[in-house]
Amino acid sequence: MTETNAPSYNYTVVRQFAVMTVIWGIVGMAVGVLLAAQLLFPELNFDTPWLTYSRIRPLHTNAVIFAFGGCALMCTSLYVVQRTCQTPLFSNFLAGFVFWGWQLVILLAAISLPLGYTSSKEYAELEWPIDILIALVWVAYAIVFFGTIMKRKSPHIYVANWFYGAFILTVAILHIVNSAAIPLSWTKSYSVYAGAVDAMVQWWYGHNAVGFFLTAGFLGMMYYYVPKQAGRPVYSYRLSIVHFWALIAIYMWAGPHHLHYTALPDWAQSLGMIMSLILLAPSWGGMINGIMTLSGAWHKLRTDPILKFLIVSLSFYGMSTFEGPMMAIKTVNALSHYTEWTIGHVHSGALGWVAFVSIGAMYYMLPRMFGQKEMYSIKLINWHFWIATVGVVLYIAAMWIAGVMEGLMWRSFNDDGTLAYTFVQTVEMKKPYYAIRLVGGALFLSGMFIMAYNMFKTMAAPKRATVDKAAPAVA
Amino acid sequence: MDMNIFRGLETAALLVLFVGLVIWAYSGKRKKDFDEAANMPLNEKDDGIDHSMNPNTNTIKQGESHE
Repeated sequence: MTETNAPSYNYTVVRQFAVMTVIWGIVGMAVGVLLAAQLLFPELNFDTPWLTYSRIRPLHTNAVIFAFGGCALMCTSLYVVQRTCQTPLFSNFLAGFVFWGWQLVILLAAISLPLGYTSSKEYAELEWPIDILIALVWVAYAIVFFGTIMKRKSPHIYVANWFYGAFILTVAILHIVNSAAIPLSWTKSYSVYAGAVDAMVQWWYGHNAVGFFLTAGFLGMMYYYVPKQAGRPVYSYRLSIVHFWALIAIYMWAGPHHLHYTALPDWAQSLGMIMSLILLAPSWGGMINGIMTLSGAWHKLRTDPILKFLIVSLSFYGMSTFEGPMMAIKTVNALSHYTEWTIGHVHSGALGWVAFVSIGAMYYMLPRMFGQKEMYSIKLINWHFWIATVGVVLYIAAMWIAGVMEGLMWRSFNDDGTLAYTFVQTVEMKKPYYAIRLVGGALFLSGMFIMAYNMFKTMAAPKRATVDKAAPAVA
Repeated sequence: MDMNIFRGLETAALLVLFVGLVIWAYSGKRKKDFDEAANMPLNEKDDGIDHSMNPNTNTIKQGESHE
């Protein structure tokens, strides 16, 4: 009966994005595993240009960040904004355009990157016609999201929507500014920026893609799904407001830490370092707020694997947002930069934080979007959790060791001032760690296959005669 | 004005803004509103399940409304 009071939400677009999150997660991570294997066995490019490391590496990063992460963010933001504003989406037509447009972008990326079309800007490799399509889809997404907020029935704008809103607005600005280019043909363009300015714009974009796409957006996710799954309101709503404004104000300035000891002016490098260090405070504000939401209900972690995913994601978030500021210190960066340590840091954030919180949220969304109370198998969620956890730990531990070792070898000198090791010696030394990383990555990917199996079983469930038919009758 | 004086004033203004934000967020007056906002996800009217996807739960729901 209460059902009839609820407005008719648009769950179609949410359901589509939820399914594609899992599918693109498998695709993106499978390419990642192939890349990890290529570093160990270079023959695995099969002597074809399309499978060359340099071409499929951007395919991996685009697929996991924008296809897997993007679908997860669009899925959850369009669900959360409807439910916390108690109103259906602003426009179902535009929502459909966002879904199909985004899938087309991903498809074009999957074709053009292996063919070698690239603007060579990291995390923004796609050529200008695709960039324009991204801009159109993103503007439609912003209209749907903010339009829904404007016609909300509730007086407050819930904190999750603040984070989602900051993510949508900032990514639009970042994408349009960084992708500004002069086209020569349909498939080739040159950036309007040059030299050190180009580098600074690129890493202003690059680090804010981390700050707003991979952090603010997923914090929005955290602020809805952690309280829902824990059955408790967020630990401190006041802290969420303070750390929101601090986070978005400071992240903007951290980009230069990607350019330590380069042609970028020294003062800009120091500014980037200081801002990165300050960033620890608002980052940990979010982490503490999320984890402490569980205070007084810690026992739920023992039995609820979805909550395990969500809370462990916050632990990884806390770890990588501690590690990040440390690595931004110039003297630490002198050791860590260009080594595998960076790869380890990125994956502790990307797998441990972004993927874990998305997987947790998808295990919440998928059954609901297919008319079920819970996933087909809770046991399999638990298996997924432990396999993924072991995978992440193997991955990042291997990369830390390889990175520090490599950095120390690069800076070793003989008494006469010559380098103690040749470059190829440092590569040779990394082989065992590459093998451990491959195992870790493969474990994480196999967890995603378990998730896909669980998802398809859940999707098929309504068509079978339901077992719990008696349960609601009792109520 | 000298550019560096402007930069100093800008930093001071941002500091005042931040302290003001903290005072505003932690003032007793706002507590009721924030508690209400924090409970928004928990006070939703329905269960967030798309029942249109499950023909079985739909029939049960109709039966319920007749009771």
